[in-house]
Amino acid sequence: MAQSSVKSNAAKEPTAAQIAEQKIYRQMGVTEAEYELICGFLGRNPNYVEIGVFSVMWSEHCSYKNSKPVLRKFPVTGPRVLMGPGEGAGIVDIGDNQAVVFKIESHNHPSAIEPFQGAATGVGGIIRDIFSMGSRPIALMNSLRFGRLESERVKYLFEHVVSGIAGYGNCIGIPTVGGEVVFDEAYEGNPLVNAMCIGLINHDQIQRGVAKGVGNPVYYVGPATGRDGIHGATFASEELTAESEAKRPAVQVGDPFMEKLCLEACLELIASGNLVGIQDMGAAGLTCSSAEMAAKAGNGIELYLDEVPQRETGMTPYEMMLSESQERMLFVCTPEQEEAATAIFDRWGIICKKVGKVTDDGRLRLFHKGEQVADMPVQELTEACPTYNKPSKVPAYYEANASVDTTRYEEPADLQAVLEKLLDVPSIASKEWVYNQYDYMVRTGTVIGPGSDAAVVHVPGTRKALATSTDCNGRYVYLDPEMGGRIAVAEAARNVVCSGAEPLAITDNLNFGSPDKPEIFWQLTTSVDGMAEACRVLETPVIGGNVSLYNENTKGAIYPTPVIGMVGLIHDLDHITSQGFKAEGDAIFLIGETNVEFGGSEYQASIFNVVEGRPPVIDLAVEKTMQNALLGSIQAGLVQSAHDLSEGGLGVALAESCISGKRGASVSIESTLRADAVLYSESQSRVLVSTTQANAAAFAEAIGKAGVPIAQIGTVTGETLNVSINGASKIAAQVSKLQQIWKDAIPCRMA
Amino acid sequence: MRTAVLVFPGSNCDVDCYKAIEQTLGTPVEYVWHQETSLDGFDLILVPGGFSYGDYLRCGAIARFAPVMDAVKVAVERGAFVLGVCNGFQILLESGLLPGAMRKNTSLKFICQPQMLRVARNDLAFTAEYAVGEEINVPIAHGEGNYYCDEATLEELKANNQIVFTYAGTNPNGSVADIAGITNKQGNVVGMMPHPERAVSELLGSDGGKRMFTSVLNAWRERNGAVIG
Repeated sequence: MAQSSVKSNAAKEPTAAQIAEQKIYRQMGVTEAEYELICGFLGRNPNYVEIGVFSVMWSEHCSYKNSKPVLRKFPVTGPRVLMGPGEGAGIVDIGDNQAVVFKIESHNHPSAIEPFQGAATGVGGIIRDIFSMGSRPIALMNSLRFGRLESERVKYLFEHVVSGIAGYGNCIGIPTVGGEVVFDEAYEGNPLVNAMCIGLINHDQIQRGVAKGVGNPVYYVGPATGRDGIHGATFASEELTAESEAKRPAVQVGDPFMEKLCLEACLELIASGNLVGIQDMGAAGLTCSSAEMAAKAGNGIELYLDEVPQRETGMTPYEMMLSESQERMLFVCTPEQEEAATAIFDRWGIICKKVGKVTDDGRLRLFHKGEQVADMPVQELTEACPTYNKPSKVPAYYEANASVDTTRYEEPADLQAVLEKLLDVPSIASKEWVYNQYDYMVRTGTVIGPGSDAAVVHVPGTRKALATSTDCNGRYVYLDPEMGGRIAVAEAARNVVCSGAEPLAITDNLNFGSPDKPEIFWQLTTSVDGMAEACRVLETPVIGGNVSLYNENTKGAIYPTPVIGMVGLIHDLDHITSQGFKAEGDAIFLIGETNVEFGGSEYQASIFNVVEGRPPVIDLAVEKTMQNALLGSIQAGLVQSAHDLSEGGLGVALAESCISGKRGASVSIESTLRADAVLYSESQSRVLVSTTQANAAAFAEAIGKAGVPIAQIGTVTGETLNVSINGASKIAAQVSKLQQIWKDAIPCRMA
Repeated sequence: MRTAVLVFPGSNCDVDCYKAIEQTLGTPVEYVWHQETSLDGFDLILVPGGFSYGDYLRCGAIARFAPVMDAVKVAVERGAFVLGVCNGFQILLESGLLPGAMRKNTSLKFICQPQMLRVARNDLAFTAEYAVGEEINVPIAHGEGNYYCDEATLEELKANNQIVFTYAGTNPNGSVADIAGITNKQGNVVGMMPHPERAVSELLGSDGGKRMFTSVLNAWRERNGAVIG
């Protein structure tokens, strides 16, 4: 192999020869075969900077090398999709030259080590993905998983993740309008922190991160680069171990104030039209942004690293290229646009520095102190990472669960006690303790804030609104990845339908264990099969997302948790519907069919302390018919309230509609099923609806005509929730008492 | 009536203030950058919420040095109406335009929630359309809204009838005397932690703050001898 013509000027760094001999690339997660490929692309052994750059670009986090073959299964197009996966975020048309931009992203590993900054920078990163498209961010969502809310460590992680999300979102002034929080021992030591951002854009403002125009200057925007977050992308692509704590320096530190300025200045730049392309510096910072921008334009980029603003002295090219210092952007403009572009950043008081230029040679070349320190082909950096079709194997637990009879549990005598216990389960209980720390109202567009099935945000200047929900039941996916994957998408769609919206599209965050384990890879690929099928049937394509693998703790992998971030369009503000009962005397309906389905249910887990068997079955065609019929009735003005039945089944849904509406209900059900199944089975495709008495008949007819099972089960009345089954009273509880249990569950554990 | 909405680096309720004026009053409204040195011609000045200068050092402590704050003082002298909300209230305290200081909420956590306020006086430009003792829903969203002043200042606030709003029900942040908003002795400067600009439409959950804007418009019309429509 030819000797390197490129010198590294950092004396302490290993030479190209030492890297080869001592196999230093292995520590960076580069395999032998990958190393050979890289040597082939360069025609020589890579030096320290080059192997560092390749290692992050070829990490799972940046290259999706383990998940790409799986991701290809998703439907990614549709009549409304303006931009699918590949850019910073996907874009969906909402009419009138407007579009919605959204994406979800994980920050699991950093949050496990440094929860406040890990969560905060997760929020910061996803916001940059949205505004780098040229879009104004209007709402934040999240999906959080922690271990059981019992140990001091879990409480610490929970408290600081929440305050990290709050600290960033509140300061930057984007409302955190909703999300989900789940506690389960499967996430002990490996919490999941997924943040989603939603923005609005006019079609003609859509930006692409391209370095077009040979000779054009490349500008660096944002705070100076420090030594934080070096190798963050690599860190995110391996399992958490006892040594992970030592990688705390791989966690970045966020500054939402700086990002607020950066956001406003970048949107002003985009509105002014004085740029060619713009991209945020996320994972793998300067490396990834420059290589991707060059690759997308079929060009090269030269960077003059002495010009990169530096927070610390003596930073090496390796450190600058791999730093994940936050709130930085890279943009390209023409020489004619330079003056106007830089003036905008000056006004906002932000560093804006020319650090390179676009070249025609397809190379990423780095210069430092008068020398060329790296020279790499950009297409190979961004596209040539091998993809792996990992071996897949059906896990033993899945086979064993086939024969588990989930109807064998003895029905408890006191079903009201069961309800009270379920309302006290932190995953079901009120999340007010969480969301009261989030400014969910800033920008004055939040019509329905946290705590209902979906959050609803007004589209300014129109009669339209967006509904959004994040969902995944990890237990279901664990017990049956295909069914669980379908249900995750269906529930997210059902949630936005319940708020009066037409489901548009999803972003997904695939949180899984190590794909190197065949059983885990099977969970990944099988759940994607289920999700993809649901996306096709429900006509909600995947417009982007994120993959987070290697989520393991000392006990093994987390539950497979493919979180769905769904966005729906509410065509008129009058259609907005929430879950709380609205008026005394309203009729209560249950739509959908109930079966005895306890597998993976909250009832099974909390009352019988097991998670076993098969999860509920979903028929996607039935789901689609139900959602269409319900949405039609909501749009026709027939519905007062609608609430999706999910964890805790009908019992919990009734309690929540009572609590949210501050009203009681009198419910009477005739059923051939056992009473605990009527109340706590988690059969799918069911919704609890209330209508005025005047609309009750029309509603029942509209739903029935579509072939969807419907039963009027009671009326909204008084201040007590009364439920009788086959004439026997099962629940007679003051709503205020249920509310107290539900509201106190988390604060009491955190006190 | 011409309204200025001040914009500091890190202001984030500026848009909401602008929208509130535009949608509830429809009168002229403009953003004014923190480096401007004059507010001549503006009748109402809104100092919006947010995190000016990242709330570094102390909430509002850096914003008070912005050139536009000297212009605010000049405008106050000539009798312009000034409303500081949340971070805007903190800035008015740091500027000395209102007495007292802010501490962290007693919970030590940021609190965002609907909030009932009691109107303490309705003889001000900003509150004329409310009844004394009326309770209104105006949301809060702050980490440092725990208003503090010493005994002597509190006595003075009471003696001069400078307390405009108090929290009804549970005090969310531990403020002295349940204070949610105060005014200066002249009554043309009001600072408050709750966000009236977020409570101008039932679509957003409450319109309890709307009358603050209609009240001040009427006060301006009366002052200028305009026909009240």
